[in-house]
Amino acid sequence: MKILAIDTSNHPLSIAITDDDQLIATTTLNLTKNHSIYVMPTIEKLVAIAGWQPADLDRIVVAKGPGSYTGVRIAVTTAKTLADTLQIDLVGVSSLKVIGAHVAQLQAGRPTIVIFNARRNNVFAAGYQAQQGQMNEWLAQQHMSFEDLLQLVEERQEAVSMVGEFDAQFDEQVAQSPAHSLITRLPANYAIPSAYDLAILGRSAQPVTQLDEFVPDYLRITEAEANWQKKHPGELKQSYVREV
Amino acid sequence: MASRNLILAFESSCDETSVSVVEDGHKILSNIIATQIDSHQRFGGVVPEVASRHHIEQITRCLDEALDQANVTYDDLKAVAITYGPGLVGSLLVGVSAAKAVAWAHHLPLVPVNHMAGHIYAARFVNEFVFPQMALLVSGGHTEIVYMKDEYSFEILGETRDDAAGEAYDKIGRVLGVSYPAGKTIDEWAHAGHDTFHFPRAMEKDHNYDFSFSGLKSAFINTFHNAEQRGETLDRNDLAASFQQSVVDVLVEKTLKALQQYPVKQLILAGGVAANQGLRERLEADVTRQFPTVTLIKAPLKLCGDNAAMIGAAGEVAYRKGQRADMSLNAMPGLSF
Ligand SMILES: Nc1ncnc2c1ncn2[C@@H]1O[C@H](COP(=O)(O)OP(=O)(O)OP(=O)(O)O)[C@@H](O)[C@H]1O
Ligand SMILES: [Mg+2]
Repeated sequence: MKILAIDTSNHPLSIAITDDDQLIATTTLNLTKNHSIYVMPTIEKLVAIAGWQPADLDRIVVAKGPGSYTGVRIAVTTAKTLADTLQIDLVGVSSLKVIGAHVAQLQAGRPTIVIFNARRNNVFAAGYQAQQGQMNEWLAQQHMSFEDLLQLVEERQEAVSMVGEFDAQFDEQVAQSPAHSLITRLPANYAIPSAYDLAILGRSAQPVTQLDEFVPDYLRITEAEANWQKKHPGELKQSYVREV
Repeated sequence: MASRNLILAFESSCDETSVSVVEDGHKILSNIIATQIDSHQRFGGVVPEVASRHHIEQITRCLDEALDQANVTYDDLKAVAITYGPGLVGSLLVGVSAAKAVAWAHHLPLVPVNHMAGHIYAARFVNEFVFPQMALLVSGGHTEIVYMKDEYSFEILGETRDDAAGEAYDKIGRVLGVSYPAGKTIDEWAHAGHDTFHFPRAMEKDHNYDFSFSGLKSAFINTFHNAEQRGETLDRNDLAASFQQSVVDVLVEKTLKALQQYPVKQLILAGGVAANQGLRERLEADVTRQFPTVTLIKAPLKLCGDNAAMIGAAGEVAYRKGQRADMSLNAMPGLSF
């Protein structure tokens, strides 16, 4: 099975092509530039290096968020359109899991929490734990305050690894938290997603059945939408888009 | 190489997701338009992040339907045309990403199209283009007089210095309690009223082809609020008629002035505000009377708003002119001619 895997959820951009579990070629950029410029040229180049044609692909695997809204949308639009136009399978994988599953595998039994900075002291977070060859969700992915995350670790009293987008404020809060002795913060190099890992995660997963409906996991509704819903309880309609 | 001259076009610059198949640059085989207006009406205007989210929900469905309805396959296509600006960056990126994916997957040339060139080429579905030519481009974000010496060359003779005409309609519409976008309703009211308020005609006599609508907008809002404070209600039809008369006067006056200095064979009226009945009638009457040798081509009502067919028509010409983008094409929100 020839797989193309795409992750542009945050600053890094990672693309890989694999044949089943075998890596053929991969490229990771960490330029923090507009992903739109580099996604397709990178795909084009890797597929050409492999000597493949676009039509040779069997499956697209995409990191479907959470992350930067625009970043995730570039990967998901590209992946969704490729799957649609080539009539091949599409698999979406949590962008947190791409990083978390890899790290959790290296430390069997020990939960790994991945965080993406969602600003205003909020994070997108999820926890993974490798047990008896299985990858379990220790913490379901969610949007939460960093404080709440620390409190959750404290309550569960388990030693965990934390990896992701830390800033000075987060480090400070960990240091001050009663949970600090439970938390091992992993260095930044573990927080760079690898599309090769993404391809492996997506290889055996069930493909999307309703391709047209496939959208990113933003984990947050927009501010405008939230305000509107607050003012108009019970009025939300199924769909706001119609054909003319 | 495909024998038919078919362009697959994408448009997602604002709040419509649209995909179309156009043959020979002037025949619409399909033109799927998914509009998000009902969503943005809740917020009183387009919210960019909401718009981007709707585009990604719609994009593949519109693509599949466009090919289905046109009854063509990817093998039949000659090129993929895409709006890459101007517009909202997040919205544009969905169309650009999708168009690039399709072009790469099927080894098709990718043709970048300026959204405003697209608006002009909506008129191509009415008549063949003859040059030199001029266009009055009036939309939600633009008000421009464009001179086209030859095919696919665009020179802006004048443009708005503040609000676009459509934007002004939407802003005064909000004051009158009309939901977004207000243009069509104001137009209807205007037809039932009279110009009793004589709002200012900005820059009408200036020796340039520029426009300004913010003064008119302020005059309108002041008149409305002053009356409100006095406890008076003004006739909404007369308010609409007065506003519209001022807009139409300036648009037409400046266009006629430009026609005097730049002799052209055709004048094109295009963009969302080109759907305005008052403007269509007035321009038709004045051009016929004062410039009998100039043919006025009004974009079809259905194609005044954003749609991919117009991008396909412009894309077909751009394709013949050899315009190509590679896979690094990015959205250009501030693109201009
Ligand atoms: N009958 C009408 N009279 C006046 N204005 C109208 C009419 N119908 C639509 N409009 C206006 O047209 C505008 C929408 O046009 P269009 O879709 O071309 O704009 P846009 O795509 O948002 O902007 P742009 O094309 O400049 O990027 C809105 O402002 C709307 O109020
Ligand atoms: Mg437009």
